Amino acid sequence: MKSQSVRLGVDIGGTFTDVVLETDGASFSTKVLTTYGAPEDAIIDGMHQVCADAGITPAQIGQIIHGTTLATNALIERRGAKTALITTQGFRDVIEMRTESRFEQYDLNLNLPEPLLPRQMRYTVRERMDAKGNVLIPLDRAEVEAVVDRIATAGYTSVAVGLIHSYLNDAHEAMIGDVLAEKLPDVMVSLSSEVSPQMREYERFNTVVANAYIKPLMKSYLGRLQGRLRDEGVACNIFLMHSGGGIISIESAAEFPVRLVESGPAGGAVFAANIAARYGLDKVLSFDMGGTTAKICLIKKQTPKTSRVFEVARTYRFKKGSGMPISIPVIDMVEIGAGGGSLAHVDAMRQIRVGPESAGSEPGPACYGRGGDKPAVTDADLVLGKLDPANFAGGSITLDTHNSEAALASVLGDPLKMDVATSAFGLAEVVDENMANAARVHAVENGEDLSDYTMIAFGGAAPLHAGRLCEKLGVDRLLVPPGAGVGSAIGFLRAPFSFEANRSVYMKLSDFDADAIKTLLTDLQQEATGFVRTCDAESPILSEFKVYMRYTGQGWEIPISLTEDQAMQPDATTFQARFEEDYTKLFGRPVAGMDIEITVWAVNATTPPEQVETVAQVEVPGQARDGAGRTRDLFDPAKAGYVSAAIHQRDQMQTGDLATGPAIITEDETTIIVPSSRNAMRQSDGCIDVKAKR
Amino acid sequence: MTTQSNVSYQVMWNRLISVVEEQAQALVRTAFSTSVREAGDLSAGVYDVKGQMLAQAVTGTPGHVNAMADAVAHFIRRIGRQNIFEGDVYITNDPWEGTGHLHDITMVTPSFKNGALVGFFACTAHVVDIGGRGFGADAASVYEEGLYLPIMKFALRGEVDQTLIQIVRGNVREPDQLIGDMYALATCNEIGHRRLIDMMDEFGLDDLEGIAGFILDNSRRATLERINALPKAEASGEMTVDGFDTPITLRVKLSVQDDRIITDFAGTSGVDKKGINCPLVYAKAYACYALKVAIAPEIPNNAASLAPFEVTAPENTIVNAPHPAPVALRHVIGHLIPDTVYDAFDKMLPGIVPAEGAGCLCNFQVSLRPAPGHQGVRSEVLTFNSGGSGARPAHDGLNATAFPSGVMTMPIEATEQVGPVIIWRKELRPDSGGAGQQRGGLGQYMEVGATDGYEFDFQAMFDRVDHPARGRRGGGLGAPTTIAQDDGTAMRGKGKQFVPMGRKVMLGFPGGAGYGDPGTRDPASVKRDLARGYITAQTAAADYGMTAQDIAAVQAAVEAGEDI
Repeated sequence: MKSQSVRLGVDIGGTFTDVVLETDGASFSTKVLTTYGAPEDAIIDGMHQVCADAGITPAQIGQIIHGTTLATNALIERRGAKTALITTQGFRDVIEMRTESRFEQYDLNLNLPEPLLPRQMRYTVRERMDAKGNVLIPLDRAEVEAVVDRIATAGYTSVAVGLIHSYLNDAHEAMIGDVLAEKLPDVMVSLSSEVSPQMREYERFNTVVANAYIKPLMKSYLGRLQGRLRDEGVACNIFLMHSGGGIISIESAAEFPVRLVESGPAGGAVFAANIAARYGLDKVLSFDMGGTTAKICLIKKQTPKTSRVFEVARTYRFKKGSGMPISIPVIDMVEIGAGGGSLAHVDAMRQIRVGPESAGSEPGPACYGRGGDKPAVTDADLVLGKLDPANFAGGSITLDTHNSEAALASVLGDPLKMDVATSAFGLAEVVDENMANAARVHAVENGEDLSDYTMIAFGGAAPLHAGRLCEKLGVDRLLVPPGAGVGSAIGFLRAPFSFEANRSVYMKLSDFDADAIKTLLTDLQQEATGFVRTCDAESPILSEFKVYMRYTGQGWEIPISLTEDQAMQPDATTFQARFEEDYTKLFGRPVAGMDIEITVWAVNATTPPEQVETVAQVEVPGQARDGAGRTRDLFDPAKAGYVSAAIHQRDQMQTGDLATGPAIITEDETTIIVPSSRNAMRQSDGCIDVKAKR
Repeated sequence: MTTQSNVSYQVMWNRLISVVEEQAQALVRTAFSTSVREAGDLSAGVYDVKGQMLAQAVTGTPGHVNAMADAVAHFIRRIGRQNIFEGDVYITNDPWEGTGHLHDITMVTPSFKNGALVGFFACTAHVVDIGGRGFGADAASVYEEGLYLPIMKFALRGEVDQTLIQIVRGNVREPDQLIGDMYALATCNEIGHRRLIDMMDEFGLDDLEGIAGFILDNSRRATLERINALPKAEASGEMTVDGFDTPITLRVKLSVQDDRIITDFAGTSGVDKKGINCPLVYAKAYACYALKVAIAPEIPNNAASLAPFEVTAPENTIVNAPHPAPVALRHVIGHLIPDTVYDAFDKMLPGIVPAEGAGCLCNFQVSLRPAPGHQGVRSEVLTFNSGGSGARPAHDGLNATAFPSGVMTMPIEATEQVGPVIIWRKELRPDSGGAGQQRGGLGQYMEVGATDGYEFDFQAMFDRVDHPARGRRGGGLGAPTTIAQDDGTAMRGKGKQFVPMGRKVMLGFPGGAGYGDPGTRDPASVKRDLARGYITAQTAAADYGMTAQDIAAVQAAVEAGEDI
């Protein structure tokens, strides 16, 4: 019989599909190679593995939560449906003209990414709303029908509708939706006023086009998955992780697949937030480093920071502006091209540069011995003594130090006249500095000082670099949780049901309309709550209110959280006080005498966060372990030289056991490096707690 | 030990670039001026005690490239080393010692560590308003263009000069916003300063001499390597553009020497009566940008990487206009300088630089007011738009994308929130890209009107009405700028013009020119252009020799929803 306490988390990533099964108190996980042709195959395979390990049948699973990069990959690889856009006459090229700027100013041969839909697939109708939502030119139904006939002739399977100012008045989009439903019932329709009712036509149109583009694919995949799971005896509901860090029903996911785009990384952030809660930490920096990228996220009061727009499918060295903007609720993360496979070279200024080019898994870093001859971060890590050549990835690959040394010497050492160790040190310092800079800039942008933060590190490469990153950032404490290799899938199981509804409506505080605000927020609350109710019929549903505000004349809004009282009994003085408080925190001082305006309103409906059990934290470490006499030479960057480090096996460390830095803690999935400046202790839940020496 | 410090220096250089980038981002987020927050018309940099620029933020436009590098030296000279104290902040909007017009405010903050001066931070932003006649070309001298702030102290030992604040407040249209921007600039330097001191603590530095030497030596060497790889040659180029009332000819001679490239503007037209003149520093910025992006794009901007690019111009030419020439719209000429430089460069080193493009941004300002007998409030709306860029040797030009400027456009949904303006159309302009083996980038159409009950003045700042972009190696002309009212009333490319209630301004922004013989264009690209409507059937036939049969086939495929 199915049991609510048996839950399955599934994360389809680029290389691996991670599956985690939790039964009362026990956890089973596996990694299966992603099966691109039919992604559901890997899920079924993984599910059977963990069920066998746990001694249960699929029928006993009480809930499945799923996240996937399939939507993202479809956008990156342009594998979407044959899609048309219907837009306002005069604005056919919004998604192509972008911001009319070059994201890289120093490249004469720069090419901008092609829009998802070429120009001939973008149709226009004569209509227009003004900036207050009043009709300037009414929409003629006969004209819509004529356009829909052309779309029928051309055989599109999905249609996006994006009209100017539709976030204020959706009547014309709705009419087009009706005509499409009537005349082409089999064609999938996405309206910008439903997918992303936010001001700024380029972002909104691009978002609705992206949604329409991946909708047929995702709908069919989710349908197949559901069928396959039923065939395997699964009787429970399936839910999807969304980019905002919550879960939604499979039906909502099929309707708004663009909301799934960042689901994997969002799971990682939720995983870190859950550990933060168990440790009672209010300020956490999550650090996830894999083979090609590193992701950094700020988690305050156990809640990952969210944003209303992000960029997907960057085409040019992860550069801001080189991808496409998607305006949906999303966990705010910085992602940079720094991973174990990132390659190094020397530029014209004799500076070492690392990434974003990556060796990938083929040929991989030079030490894999598969023909890679450029030094990757993993090669530097090996030469610096952070990795055991005989014991990488649980011993599945034997690393070749000579290859690493040769690659480091030829690419970095020779041109810079450095020995191999210094070359490796330089490479590692540059990649660590890149990540530290990204974290610093992200913190400054959010008005945060990292010195009182705790870092939580997961992903294969993170524990190798987290200690040095903490030194660079002045962060005193680092937690490396168990199960870090399948962090996102575990995170799925910790996420609440949630849905954020938002809308752009301009309002100046000098023009404050309390009744209009109440109506608007009530509408948004009902919309958001409705989505959550379809997932969970009983739980209480909490509402979180957020408005985006700025001084009139500025272009950058800052998100202001409001309590339910502040939101539902709105008054201008409170709004102003809340805005000035947050503005001062970010930028030092408020600006006297300026009017303030609200641009976007958001309500997030969520079930209460899972009750977490606080970890009984060990404060005073027990005896220092000696690592049974095993040591390795480890390069300590803060000391700029090799030191002798004891080697400890993670699974042999007992609660309270202390490993004095410099130390190396090994496990199958990764290695934790404890610099000379720090000590590591095992906590009662298995986390390795790395703290600066006093 | 030297190799160890080499790794540290590598890290520090990275860090300094990150620090100035943070400085710039802080400014983007807090500035009130549209041109800063939407268009990135700003700059931020860090300097050593001698005033040599060590790093400059990538965020920003080329117009500040050299101007910023020179600015701090002017501040040190004017303030006097003996008068530089901890807590000071300096200010100017001097067009000749800052960045080219009164609308750019530059602020410099000395950085002290343990009581000793270790460096400077500087940043620049284009502000909303500086008084005078407002932003436009109509002034006869710089005195009419607004309030002038000579290099002076904004704050002395942490105390802001309230007299200065009062004078500024009394002379500008939007005092709160301008004062807000001034504080934003000061704050952004302060952020840089704090991060610099953190870095110096981390690496145990008492001064920046070592890292400055490392940055400048490596940058100088890398830049000279690039220059040495060029043929030692001279070449001349010229380009004639609309100007305000009379055409202006820009002339340039490039000479590549062992350790420098000299760009000389001798023979260029004289100072104009209207405010489209450039102080040399601004012309220098765009000449330098044009060369740097062509031969040394990845070398970061600093004192040493910029020094080998020397720029000279006789005084009293439009690119070296002396005080008190009007300079408010110096960007119009400045943005056209790269195309002029490339005319010469291409003769020396073919196959690298693009054909001519729209060049100057297609900006306009709309001043709306209620028509007689109607109620409402006045408002000012400034927009940034781009024509097409020139075709490249191996790529088409970019459609409706700024070059050489680095600005972004504003969403029209945001523009329409600012005032009662209605943008009826903003889309690509078919057939505007010059024909060629590589096609010029398309310009764009815009139609601008007002909400019922409003009339407006339209401040035009366009060029290439009479002088469209010229192609290279047989490539065709880009389409010229067009401007008129919807009832056919003619309008000029520059200057303030009245538009009555109910009328719209119909704009066609210029396309980039083509590169190479159109007859050699890949037929697949011609088909794609036709399918997308970048070109019409007439152009496909006339310029590219496409047969009627092929044209019909493409049109049928479009109707059938096929991608081409």
